[in-house]
Amino acid sequence: MTTAPAKYAHYLADFQSLTEGPGAEAPAWLKSARDNAWTKFAATGFPTARRGNERWKYTNVGPIARTDFGYPLAPAPADGSEGLVPSYQVSGQTVFDLIYVDGVYSPGLSSPALDASGVVAASLAVAAGNDSLDLEGQVGRYAPPDDDGFAALNTAFLRDGAYVNVADDHAEKVVIRISYITSQSEDANHKVTYPRTMIVAGRNTDITVVESYRGPQESVYFTNAVTEISVREGAKLDHYRLLLEGGKAFHVGTSRVIQEKDSSFSSASFALGTTLARNDLEVLLDAPGAYCSLNGLYLTADNQHIDNLISIDHAKPNCTSRLNYKGILDGKSRAVFGGTVMVRRDAQKSDAEQTDKNLILSNSAEVDSKPSLLIYADDVKCSHGATAGHIDADTLFYLRSRGLDLDTASRMLVHAFASEIINTVNLEPLQDYLNTLFAAAIPNKALPIAGLVPSRRAKAAGDK
Amino acid sequence: MTTPRVISRDATSSELDSDYKWGFTIDIGSDLAPKGLSEEIVRLISAKKEEPEWMLEWRLKAFRQWLKLKEQPPKWANVEYPPIDYQDIYYYAAPKSDAPKSLDEVDPEILEAFEKLGIPLAERAKLAGVAVDAVVDSVSVATTYQDTLEKQGIIFCSMSEAVKKHPELVQKYLGSVVPYSDNFYATLNSAVFTDGSFAYIPKGVRCPIELMTYFRINQADSGQFERTLIIADEGSYVSYLEGCTAPARKTHQLHAAVVELVALDDAEIKYSTLQNWFPGDKDGNGGVYNFVTKRGKAAKNAKISWTQVETGSAITWKYPSVILEGDNSVGEFYSVALVNNHQQADTGTKMIHIGKNTRSTIVAKGISAGQGNATYRGLVKVLASADGAKNFTQCDSLLVGDKCGAHTVPYIEVKNPTAQMEHEASTSKVSDDQLFYCQQRGMSVEDAHFMIINGFCRGIFQELPFEFAMEASQLLKVSLEGAVG
Repeated sequence: MTTAPAKYAHYLADFQSLTEGPGAEAPAWLKSARDNAWTKFAATGFPTARRGNERWKYTNVGPIARTDFGYPLAPAPADGSEGLVPSYQVSGQTVFDLIYVDGVYSPGLSSPALDASGVVAASLAVAAGNDSLDLEGQVGRYAPPDDDGFAALNTAFLRDGAYVNVADDHAEKVVIRISYITSQSEDANHKVTYPRTMIVAGRNTDITVVESYRGPQESVYFTNAVTEISVREGAKLDHYRLLLEGGKAFHVGTSRVIQEKDSSFSSASFALGTTLARNDLEVLLDAPGAYCSLNGLYLTADNQHIDNLISIDHAKPNCTSRLNYKGILDGKSRAVFGGTVMVRRDAQKSDAEQTDKNLILSNSAEVDSKPSLLIYADDVKCSHGATAGHIDADTLFYLRSRGLDLDTASRMLVHAFASEIINTVNLEPLQDYLNTLFAAAIPNKALPIAGLVPSRRAKAAGDK
Repeated sequence: MTTPRVISRDATSSELDSDYKWGFTIDIGSDLAPKGLSEEIVRLISAKKEEPEWMLEWRLKAFRQWLKLKEQPPKWANVEYPPIDYQDIYYYAAPKSDAPKSLDEVDPEILEAFEKLGIPLAERAKLAGVAVDAVVDSVSVATTYQDTLEKQGIIFCSMSEAVKKHPELVQKYLGSVVPYSDNFYATLNSAVFTDGSFAYIPKGVRCPIELMTYFRINQADSGQFERTLIIADEGSYVSYLEGCTAPARKTHQLHAAVVELVALDDAEIKYSTLQNWFPGDKDGNGGVYNFVTKRGKAAKNAKISWTQVETGSAITWKYPSVILEGDNSVGEFYSVALVNNHQQADTGTKMIHIGKNTRSTIVAKGISAGQGNATYRGLVKVLASADGAKNFTQCDSLLVGDKCGAHTVPYIEVKNPTAQMEHEASTSKVSDDQLFYCQQRGMSVEDAHFMIINGFCRGIFQELPFEFAMEASQLLKVSLEGAVG
């Protein structure tokens, strides 16, 4: 069982030190889930972009597979560390903070809820030991380790994470902020962490979850995260995913969402930095009347690579989905968008829209977009659109004719492009925070780019 | 010739209960090589064709490459079929008669068969104003109009004839657009292709008549592997038509063709296909597996236009592509793909923008009925060098019934910020309002459906030469029979 090909030897060593060390105290079901996932990973390994693998067509995970990451058994001391708690303040709503340093829960920094009138927001390791929460049947249910090597590896190293469960008919709106932080390495070790998040929004609840990932700018590290979300009947969940990893970091995130009758799931994913990022999100609309709105904004520069693989499965009739991802690309960066809207047989009256828009700011950036529709029912309303292009020269001219200089005008337009997604954020302090973050990240240089005269040709293409 | 050809046949009894009206077989007797694929078979085919050494070498190179790929046909397409036993296929089947020197010598059975199909090979064919190359079971049996074309310096003949008579052209261009190692089926084709059409239009010549190849699979259990190469020299123009049918048989037949188009500076090639291979019966028995590689290369200011109407085949796997290599070159793709019963189609195009100010237009219409599945899969790739490239893509799908599927999988790869890309797609069914309007005017449900679907495809049919357009419209009607009402 505990064997692996030679190239995964260091993962095996880490796995053994986890199972024999701090992981030994886990409940039996968790241990067997880990063993099972390890067997899966040892058999499949990391995915390759070889011919026919449409899920990894444009992304090479070679750099991740080649780097010798080490699993930190004991977390770095987190006391008093600056910048670990989210910097934006939310007032007027009940807020629970869960903070993780190097994959391990930090009780000193967090404000959990374990018995607070129907809300559980706690460390997964703590929750797993509490039999009344019955995690056994929930963890791994929506993101089974068979999906791909990364999900399997995350499950094999399942040690800690966040567990959020809001009881049915809980009337009060709650905000839960989950922050996974990788700390600066004392030595030259490349850290790898395996955050695991499980969210259950009970019947008719209204909750907001902000999941953020951060780390040091100059370190090479790897975050392999898995999030499982269940939105029960009539519930409303706003889910924000902030990918604010360091510039040399690797991030692979796998999110699986299942929606029940008349539920609503709004998600927005924001990505900045990260040398190689993958955001794999699947939403299953499993009962009539479910609604999901998936938004995304990514800004890439230098040699960064981001891969968004979003899929929506209209399994039942009368569901609505909206998918809108936007990218801003600079330097030699590359953005990959793979969107799939599947309408199953008999899922009549499905309504789906899918858009991917990209703003290319440099001559060396690349966009690979694949917005696909797979439709097996006839009474549906489905459309998709994709665009890629430069800033609109006419709009730029208009602003300049009003007295704005080229730099200001172009920055303003890029920011406006990004605002559409930032404005979907329903939590005002978070919206302001993101606005500031992205405004600062917009490349500070004059457009149009070198060697290109603005012309009508350069117009960003219209959508749909 | 105003009567629609090809279509207006009386159904003849065949092995299957099917409405496919072209399903008759002709008893001409075949010269068959043994089943199976081996180096010997490749050598045998080459010997039968009396090919020069370099041609055999090329085939063997492809065959060795294919062995490396063995059992690995591409799996990304949205089609399902049991594994094909490549050793259970006849790779060489030729009508049993010596190569005819003129039409008078062509086996009367074959002439009659083509007569039956509505393709007149006899002298009166001249009235039709189309030069026809007729290919039965991978072997060209007759080419009409050759003398008229020769006067203008146009070469239009079978591939095997071209290999012998114009080796310099074949050697220069064969494999220049679709290399022998391109993909599983193209490699297979390169090793065992038996015939096909060859056309060369000299500099500045506008081909006065339409060139047509008519493909027919006759022999049971045989694969058809034809190879077409069209070269339009600088400033020339040619319009080329292609039609296909096969007998109705219980077993599946394999068709793996390769078409290469070379449009040199300022040249224009218009390539139209009416694909009506046997689609299988209502329960999905039999039918042709159509795995085709079609690609064109456009030099400076050149234009390549693909128009296809795909109504036949159990499985269609086909992506006519244009490599827009020269500055200002233009690529077009107009397609109607119809699936009914258990048919599956995964078809689309690839537009590779390399030159500056290159333009491409893609209009794809998919119609799914019965339990058919139609997928549009298209790639638009803009390389860093393609300043000012433009693409417009429109994919519309129409669903008839609730057991079918319509899918759109566009791939957009952009490496140049000045590129202008537009992609739009819609999926719908025939609207109840439109149907009601037609019925209220006294039309039957079936006629109303047909009229609406015909209107849906109108934009594509307009791209076809007139007679082909009439035929396409008829073909659509026949293929849709039983799907509505």
